[in-house]
Amino acid sequence: MSLRLKLKPKTEQKIIQVILYSFTSIAVLVLVFILVVILKNGLPQLSLEFLTRNPVDMGREGGILSTIVATIFLTLIALLVATPLGVGTAIFLTEYTTESWITRVIRFGAECLAGIPSIIFGLFGFILFVNKLKFGWSMLSGGLTLAFMVLPTIIRTSEEAIKAVPEAYRLVSFSLGSTRWQMVTRVVLPSALPGIVTGIILSVGRSIGETAAVIFTAGSALRLPTSVFSSARTMSVHFYIMAKEGISMPKAYGTAAVLVISILLINVTTYYLMEKYIRRKK
Amino acid sequence: MTPLERNDRLIRIGLLMIALSAISILAIITVFIFEQGTPIMFKYGLKSFLLGRDWYPTEQSFGLLPMIVGSLMVTAGALIIGVPLGLASAIFLTEFSHRRLTRILKPVIELLAGIPSVVYGFIGLMFLVPFIRENFGGPGLSVLAASIILGIMILPTVISIAIDSIRAVPDSYREGSIALGATKWQTVRLVVLPAARSGIVAGIILGMGRAIGETMAVIMVAGNAANIPDSILAPVRTLTSNIALEMAYAGGEHREALFATGVILFIIIMILNTLANVTTARQRRK
Amino acid sequence: MKTRGIIVRNFSHYYGQVRSLNNINLDVYRHEILGIIGPAKSGKSTFLACLNRLNDLIPGSRVEGKIEVDGQDIYGPDVDVVALRRKLGIVFATPVPLPMTIYENVVFGLRLLGNDERRELDRIVEDSLEKAGLWNEVKDRLHTSALKLSGGQQQRLCLARVLALKPEYILLDEPTSGLDPISTMKIEESLRQLKKDYTIILVTNNTKQAARVADRTAFFLMGELVEIDETHVIFTRPMDKRTEAYLEGKFG
Ligand SMILES: Nc1ncnc2c1ncn2[C@@H]1O[C@H](COP(=O)(O)OP(=O)(O)O)[C@@H](O)[C@H]1O
Ligand SMILES: [Mg+2]
Repeated sequence: MSLRLKLKPKTEQKIIQVILYSFTSIAVLVLVFILVVILKNGLPQLSLEFLTRNPVDMGREGGILSTIVATIFLTLIALLVATPLGVGTAIFLTEYTTESWITRVIRFGAECLAGIPSIIFGLFGFILFVNKLKFGWSMLSGGLTLAFMVLPTIIRTSEEAIKAVPEAYRLVSFSLGSTRWQMVTRVVLPSALPGIVTGIILSVGRSIGETAAVIFTAGSALRLPTSVFSSARTMSVHFYIMAKEGISMPKAYGTAAVLVISILLINVTTYYLMEKYIRRKK
Repeated sequence: MTPLERNDRLIRIGLLMIALSAISILAIITVFIFEQGTPIMFKYGLKSFLLGRDWYPTEQSFGLLPMIVGSLMVTAGALIIGVPLGLASAIFLTEFSHRRLTRILKPVIELLAGIPSVVYGFIGLMFLVPFIRENFGGPGLSVLAASIILGIMILPTVISIAIDSIRAVPDSYREGSIALGATKWQTVRLVVLPAARSGIVAGIILGMGRAIGETMAVIMVAGNAANIPDSILAPVRTLTSNIALEMAYAGGEHREALFATGVILFIIIMILNTLANVTTARQRRK
Repeated sequence: MKTRGIIVRNFSHYYGQVRSLNNINLDVYRHEILGIIGPAKSGKSTFLACLNRLNDLIPGSRVEGKIEVDGQDIYGPDVDVVALRRKLGIVFATPVPLPMTIYENVVFGLRLLGNDERRELDRIVEDSLEKAGLWNEVKDRLHTSALKLSGGQQQRLCLARVLALKPEYILLDEPTSGLDPISTMKIEESLRQLKKDYTIILVTNNTKQAARVADRTAFFLMGELVEIDETHVIFTRPMDKRTEAYLEGKFG
């Protein structure tokens, strides 16, 4: 306070500007530093062999094929479950009801679910899927756990996308003799598709990067998974174990690079879709 | 009722069932965690869990106080580091920088929100931990390391939500203040930030939730000793790490005690969620 | 000679507690163009929406009294609302092409019925666009986005989309309010042709348009039907002073 009183506003503004500028630089540089380190150390490790061979000797040798396969399938299971639930919820909230205590309860549920830490999802998936339902450590257990985790994201993005569809389209569809369901499937969903896809891609990114919820539900077997009941190790889990146990830093960097590049690609796609979609709407 | 109306009603009921999935999942998770975790808390007494300092789970000693304190310490540390950096970046990018710079940097920052937490933890382990050990002493694996890594991890969240809420302040506010002869910074401090406050607070609470719930990154840099740290250079174990570190081999009461850890974490998170909901609801009403 | 198609008796409509139509009584004859004129907010759009029950979609919407279409009480039990809406096609003030191709816009209503027979759809598309006076302009780009058409073309596309459903009645809600004079002329010309096969209710904010194309004209004011008569009677010897005042431009 006293400092502020002594300084001329112009001087104060100059000082603040310098502070803000340096803080912003620090924030951006740190974030970029992480990216650069991973890519600089990881990219040299990448080769066709790294991507197409299974890990050997706990990952000291060989590639990461089985972990890529596991990641893809786990994500697929998660989306197959979460997408219908999420989009269905969004359709109900926007097209089949008016605001009421039910919608408030539903939204509250989704918002709380979004805030639950992944380790809790992991605990829950472990008890329910691995133990009670006897799926064991498996891609099914992991996929279902991830589905629950990404559900709020899909609900929120789908709802936003559906709300952005002009009201006039609905009126026209009804006036041409459509039922509500026909209106939803033939007019609303096609128009909202880019937004819905955005949410799905966002969820893919989250599933790929998740470790805590997966390690206790899908396990960490290094074999190439053969069925949904196989235990499997995703890229994130593999990377975690290799880094934590110090198995092989070069291979860990390589895995991290694949992980980060896939996620960045996914996020860039999402960003592009969102921009395009929003620009089109405006 | 015509067949069409009947059909419509069936679809509506079907969709309602689907729409109840999120809240049902929330309910099931709550029930499971509490069902697994509370019996042991009552068996040995709530007090010994919440205030006990000794965690020897194989010898019926389940004191979670070190982990509760640990979680609160690293979360507070993350906020001390992440909030000033994040807020300053958001203010700079919205009010003081060229539009073009903001157009480039905001997406970059948001993209970085997608970097998996294990990667943050790994970078912390490779660079930050040795740096702390060599320059400040101690094992390096510490409250400080965990706080810094978590502070960086919440940056994208804090920045992007703060930018959105600062942008939502109408330009007429700024023009009014500038017209009265205020400098840009005075305008920001006296007009813009107060108007954007609840949005910014909601972003901070979200970041706080992310910090307190983070597991893998913390495990990699925190050292994980189940003691109340006596300095920021001492190792620390959080509630989340406690679960993740021992889950793989725990059985019997040990496992139940890990679920009890989950219960406490769950309650803390729910309180934060409710706070965030209340603040955003207040923002919306305005 | 004159058969009655629509009979409206003691009909009122409410949005929640607010009455928007008050005790309307009128008949619509087959194969006429009934013009409806009146200042803004006098209930003209609401009246059209009541005829094909689009007002059902508005929460709090409520009706009293009776409307019969071809002898059927449309607010009675067991009414197939979807079929009713096909029978009374509507064109809105702002043209709203759906975000798909021109072709798909026209066949939208047919596909809803499960009609996917390519040859038949092609025929109906040509026929409907022809009747709406748009065929020559778009026949070479049927499979391009309808959103790229001009405003006037879009409105004729909306008319074609309704015609494709083979409705009995065509309701038009100020269809030319946003259009240039040439597009307006084209639509008016189509309406005169369509009269042979359809019954048309044309709401218009342009009294001259009613004078040009309507056989009979109804004047709505603040939710009430002030008077309805042959168009030339309304425009030359109206019975009610309010009608006269409106036609002289005394209401906003
Ligand atoms: N969706 C609605 N909800 C509530 N009131 C409405 C709605 N639509 C129209 N109204 C009201 O009903 C009255 C008649 O409106 P409308 O039928 O649109 O008149 P017009 O088409 O003659 O301009 C007006 O007072 C209007 O404000
Ligand atoms: Mg109107």
